[in-house]
Amino acid sequence: MSTDTSASPLSTERLLQAYRQMRTIREFEERLHVEIQTGEIPGFTHLYSGQEAIAVGVCEPLGPNDYIVSTHRGHGHCIAKGCDVIGMMKEIYGRADGLCKGKGGSMHIADVTKGMLGANAIVGGGPPIAVGAAIACRNRGDGTVSVAFGGDGSCNQGTVFEAMNLAVVLKVPTIFVYENNGYSEHTGVDYAVGSGDIAGRAAAFGMPAEKVDGTDFHAVHAAMTRALQHARAGHGPYAIEAVATRFYGHFEGDPQLYRAKDEVKRQRESMDCLGNFCRTAANYGIDEDTLDEIDADVLALIDRAVSEARQSPPPADSELTTDVYVAY
Amino acid sequence: MTQKSMRDAINDALHLEMARNPNIIVLGEDVSGGAGGTSGQREASGGIFGVTKGLLPKFGEHRVIDTPISESAIMGAAAGAALAGLRPVAELMFADFVGVSLDQIFNQMAKFRYMFGGRTTCPAVVRLAMGAGMNMGAQHSQTIYPLLTAVPGLKVVIPSNAYDAKGLMLTALRGDDPVMFFEHKALYPRKGEVPDGDYTIPFGEAALVREGEHVTVVALARMVVFAEKAIDGLAKEGITCDLIDPRTTSPLDIDTILESVENTGRLVVIDESPPRCSVAADIAAQVASRGFRSLKAPIEMVTAPHSPVPFARELERAYVPSPQRIEAAIRKVLQE
Repeated sequence: MSTDTSASPLSTERLLQAYRQMRTIREFEERLHVEIQTGEIPGFTHLYSGQEAIAVGVCEPLGPNDYIVSTHRGHGHCIAKGCDVIGMMKEIYGRADGLCKGKGGSMHIADVTKGMLGANAIVGGGPPIAVGAAIACRNRGDGTVSVAFGGDGSCNQGTVFEAMNLAVVLKVPTIFVYENNGYSEHTGVDYAVGSGDIAGRAAAFGMPAEKVDGTDFHAVHAAMTRALQHARAGHGPYAIEAVATRFYGHFEGDPQLYRAKDEVKRQRESMDCLGNFCRTAANYGIDEDTLDEIDADVLALIDRAVSEARQSPPPADSELTTDVYVAY
Repeated sequence: MTQKSMRDAINDALHLEMARNPNIIVLGEDVSGGAGGTSGQREASGGIFGVTKGLLPKFGEHRVIDTPISESAIMGAAAGAALAGLRPVAELMFADFVGVSLDQIFNQMAKFRYMFGGRTTCPAVVRLAMGAGMNMGAQHSQTIYPLLTAVPGLKVVIPSNAYDAKGLMLTALRGDDPVMFFEHKALYPRKGEVPDGDYTIPFGEAALVREGEHVTVVALARMVVFAEKAIDGLAKEGITCDLIDPRTTSPLDIDTILESVENTGRLVVIDESPPRCSVAADIAAQVASRGFRSLKAPIEMVTAPHSPVPFARELERAYVPSPQRIEAAIRKVLQE
């Protein structure tokens, strides 16, 4: 794994914004973990806690016209790509004024106007879509790119192989980001990924690929910067395998019987990307008070999101059959 | 007016609209062919059935994209390109290959608009070559359209002739919803009058191919040709039929069918698909439910059997509904 220990190329302002986003994702998810237990939130929810440095490290250097395609564990990607946090919370509560009018839910949040082409409940469903978006980027010739987020589980899907090959063949600017959090649902990566080497698989398709510490924002950001230089220059796709862990189960309510009793506790100490960021913040000229201020802001935002979501109305029955077609 | 095959009529529509709209791209296996070959002939096929011929020389490799044999990636790329502002026309060389790409069609492109709360469009057109009659066996001969007609979010177009094919394709290319455009392989060489210029045919408007008073016959794609044969034969005996070609099964113009049944009281529905959950079964159910009081006889369905498409010439001929079986069904509803 490569770890960049040199000073960040980012301005303090950008670093603080990255921290704010990571903290927002963390608090959003930690709060959901609590609120889900009230029974107010319907359906399946997959939390991103522990992987924040990947979403933010990847999305920080993207522009508004770049695209991302996300996964079932998509809240972090949405926030990192600039989706409205309150609209997201309302969507997860299934409210009429949610980001998708309550029709998508946690696994289908999207905001195409922000270049966020959707969370996706089909593992491996996203990468072919990202390649399509990259064809649009290439044809526009404006240097924009698409990012295909996927987990370690997705790397075993045929659609993902097809997407990687197609991207190489067409030489389109897709950056495949594999978030290796150690588990494909309830099954360990050591068992499910035959070669154990996701970046190596991507490289075998004929694109540059690298493996980074996904708990280190700076390392992810540096890898993404290299990927973007490659893709924006018209050299085709690039792959990043980012290794991290998830602090919760596959879905909320997962008893996680596949994990050693103290595993998450240990990982919260040793693999916390926010802890890592804070520990080295002084090296980048960021003081603790500034981080504390951001933390307070974020908590207030999440409080507001939950309270607004609770007060928002459910969708009207008349919404049931709207938005199926533009015209029918 | 010019005589053109259905193949050329669809090709015509693609040329016309691609010249008009720079956002249209065409992608699929061998849509031009020749990439990576040794002949140096870049457009070596123009599509296995020649439907996309001439597009590559005219519009270039960024808009006419030969893909690897990766149907999921082709369908997914079409879905993603459509979200990102292009209007892709993606080819499934054989409709049967829906089997390896269904997720991208029915979970992704069909549902984006709804899942995203109406805040996006996904204007992808998928072209699917379908149908039996060429001894291509069980995995290259199916109709498949009943499967996709059942999916909310998709529109399903099934032309029976060259004129309709061009007008319906132009409508598909100008609409904002995902469209499954089924082309019957046996109809590709069939010629009809096709204007050179621009015209569109709206979805959800059936064509009244024959007008009569005794029986309503509904047929799609190649079955329209067979039904015409049967109906024209019966006309010599004074038996006349309304022949309705819905042209699109989603949306379906059920009103035109119901109005006709109101006049005739008798319905024969023909479908090249197996009978269960077919378009024939769907139309029969809707007429039985909404037009029951008009019916003077039980509805007859003429379909393929509940079996895969066979290979041998004799068996395949027995599989596909024939003009003779259609004629027999019309006579049967008249006996009641």
